[in-house]
Amino acid sequence: MTSIETHLPTDVSASNSAIATWLTSADHKKVGRLFIGSGLVGLVAGLVLAIVVTFERINADSYQILSVDSVPQVLAAVRLLLTFGAVVPLLLGLSIAVVPLQLGARSNAFPRLAAAGFWMWLTGLGIAVASIIGNGGPNGGNSDLVDLYLAGSIVLGLGVLMAATSIAVSVLTTRAPGMGILRAPLFTWSSLVGSLAVILTMPVLIGTTLYVYVDHRYARAGFGGNIGVNQWVGWALSQPFSFLLAIPALGIVLDVVPTIARTRLAQRSVAFGAIGVVCVFALAVVTQTSITLPWEGEKFFDNAGSKIADLLPFLLLNVVPVLGLLGVLGLSLLTLKSAKPVISAPLTFVLIGLLGILLGAAAHIVGLVEDAGLIGSVYEAGVYVPITFGAIAIAFGGICFWGPKLWGRSISDKAATPLALLTLLAIGLDSVPYFVAGFADQPAGLMNGFSYSGPQDLWNALTCAGFVVMLLASIAFIGLALKSFTSGAVAGNDPWDGSTLEWATSSPPPEDNFAGVIVVNSATPLTDSKSASSTGKVA
Amino acid sequence: MLALPPASQPVPRRQVFVGTAVAGAAGLMLVGGMMATWLQFRADAPVRESAKRGFIKDWMPERIIVPEVAANIMLLGLLVVCVMAQWAVYSAKRNDRTHTGLALGVTALMALAVINAQIFIWTQMGVGARDGAFHSMFYASTGAMTALLLSGLVFTAVASFRYLGGRTKEVELVSAHALYWYFLAAAFCAVWFVIYVQK
Repeated sequence: MTSIETHLPTDVSASNSAIATWLTSADHKKVGRLFIGSGLVGLVAGLVLAIVVTFERINADSYQILSVDSVPQVLAAVRLLLTFGAVVPLLLGLSIAVVPLQLGARSNAFPRLAAAGFWMWLTGLGIAVASIIGNGGPNGGNSDLVDLYLAGSIVLGLGVLMAATSIAVSVLTTRAPGMGILRAPLFTWSSLVGSLAVILTMPVLIGTTLYVYVDHRYARAGFGGNIGVNQWVGWALSQPFSFLLAIPALGIVLDVVPTIARTRLAQRSVAFGAIGVVCVFALAVVTQTSITLPWEGEKFFDNAGSKIADLLPFLLLNVVPVLGLLGVLGLSLLTLKSAKPVISAPLTFVLIGLLGILLGAAAHIVGLVEDAGLIGSVYEAGVYVPITFGAIAIAFGGICFWGPKLWGRSISDKAATPLALLTLLAIGLDSVPYFVAGFADQPAGLMNGFSYSGPQDLWNALTCAGFVVMLLASIAFIGLALKSFTSGAVAGNDPWDGSTLEWATSSPPPEDNFAGVIVVNSATPLTDSKSASSTGKVA
Repeated sequence: MLALPPASQPVPRRQVFVGTAVAGAAGLMLVGGMMATWLQFRADAPVRESAKRGFIKDWMPERIIVPEVAANIMLLGLLVVCVMAQWAVYSAKRNDRTHTGLALGVTALMALAVINAQIFIWTQMGVGARDGAFHSMFYASTGAMTALLLSGLVFTAVASFRYLGGRTKEVELVSAHALYWYFLAAAFCAVWFVIYVQK
């Protein structure tokens, strides 16, 4: 009888050097860490550029760091690095590294696809950023490099799509025996719905970018040439798309809160529904960005019938996701109320991050009221920043929480907690002045020539200070993570007294994650196992 | 101490099939999104009077003649591909290696014929991508569809090599292969109607 080996090793580290191992590994834990590490680098780069832009805005006539023509390119680079260079890789990396462990699986589905996705994402991002530096990108003056930017964006999108496919298929097919989808941890669930959202939206972005690329390279007849790049594909770098990309962060909150509070999550089934509602309606609003609310001031009650007809889709698409977010916040607070949580870095980061996302999502509703006159103003940046920083703060919390599992060493809780407070300060400094300047009609995408009265310099200086604070917090966090990675205190297998399967294996986990097959009988399999051990019963 | 090897991994639940379904959904969104943009451009085009059809949207330039017969052959060819791919599933489930191989071979042949028809359309139309918005979008749309068809051809080749190479128990792969061709046929139906029929 012939037998065929179908379980190929995903890590070729046995005889290779460390660098070659990292370059060629398809081990989900290594691929996830590559995503996270690259995301942290992208975050720092994006924040440095953001500081340059906001510093210039304080008094563009005096400073003149950026030429007027390069402003759209630099703004696009900031958004590209913060969205696809930081939020996406940080959350994707955590999903790829942690979700298979939560599922009790030996590996993720299609591990080589996820690894290829990482390298494609990195290559695409590198090409896109390099082309902007060389005067390509949106509104770029170098035609070939504008083409290169579009090609890089397509490669980047394909990479993200491949990684998201691996995550979604992992959740759908590699759950441990007995783990129905409603017994899966909330981060697994949010990773699934977030990945499906990416799988449904990213191809549309890729298709549109392909049209723009072919038109720009050959015809320049239909898509507005280099000026049209932002018009056609810029939606991927603003609201509500960045909100959609942040959905996996909600699951991190709902996994961290009950574990740190050492209790069970209140109303677990409602939590599944809340994340699902946020995803479905955020997905809907991405496809219907043109729905706004015509208020008409004093004539609000005229034509009430048509107003109500306008109001219904507006409420459904924009308010319902906020209700879902409020649900997540409410469940978190309800869980904390029923326990005595210890203030710790993961808990502080995720709660602050959730508040940031909630602030951005709620502010987005106001921005769509036509009478407020906020469309096209910097108010939009005020919406974008708290959602982005909120997602990044939650990712930081996730790294503090699961870092000990991934590399076996703890991140100093005492040092990391103040950094969470710094991210809160950064969210406040970057969003509130943008909101005020937006109401004062400061247009987006301009460096100077603002015609509104008021302390313009102050609002722009405060936003600049906000980015500086976030940069300092990020650099300090990276330093802490590196210190933990090299010389941190050794973490046990279950440092948080967790209830889900990732804490059932060693820290760091072996290549195959688990020594045996785990059969799951509830949503908290590890707690069940501990209870059985303490009472002397064998599960 | 001698460590025992880990227990065998639980068999994933139809991983290739689910992965193909997810990839198919992504592909449908790609084609759907591109067709939506195409329809938006068509809707925004001004109206002109056609000698044959009265007032029509001035989207496709007058001098362009689309070889509709070849486009219809592509559609019919893809329907045959789906039947052949399903025949491969039917045979593989019955452990009929000969007929599975034959069905996969005919699938590959028909897929090649469909791609050949697409190349025929491009050469017969004789327009350049530089000539206007319609032209560049035509090549982008049909080019993306052809890339998807080529990926289907690669899938057929992989399924054939694996099955005929001895992995005759891997019926799931052959099923996933058929599912992928169903998705491609559905996607091409949209392309055929929007680009070749409605224009």
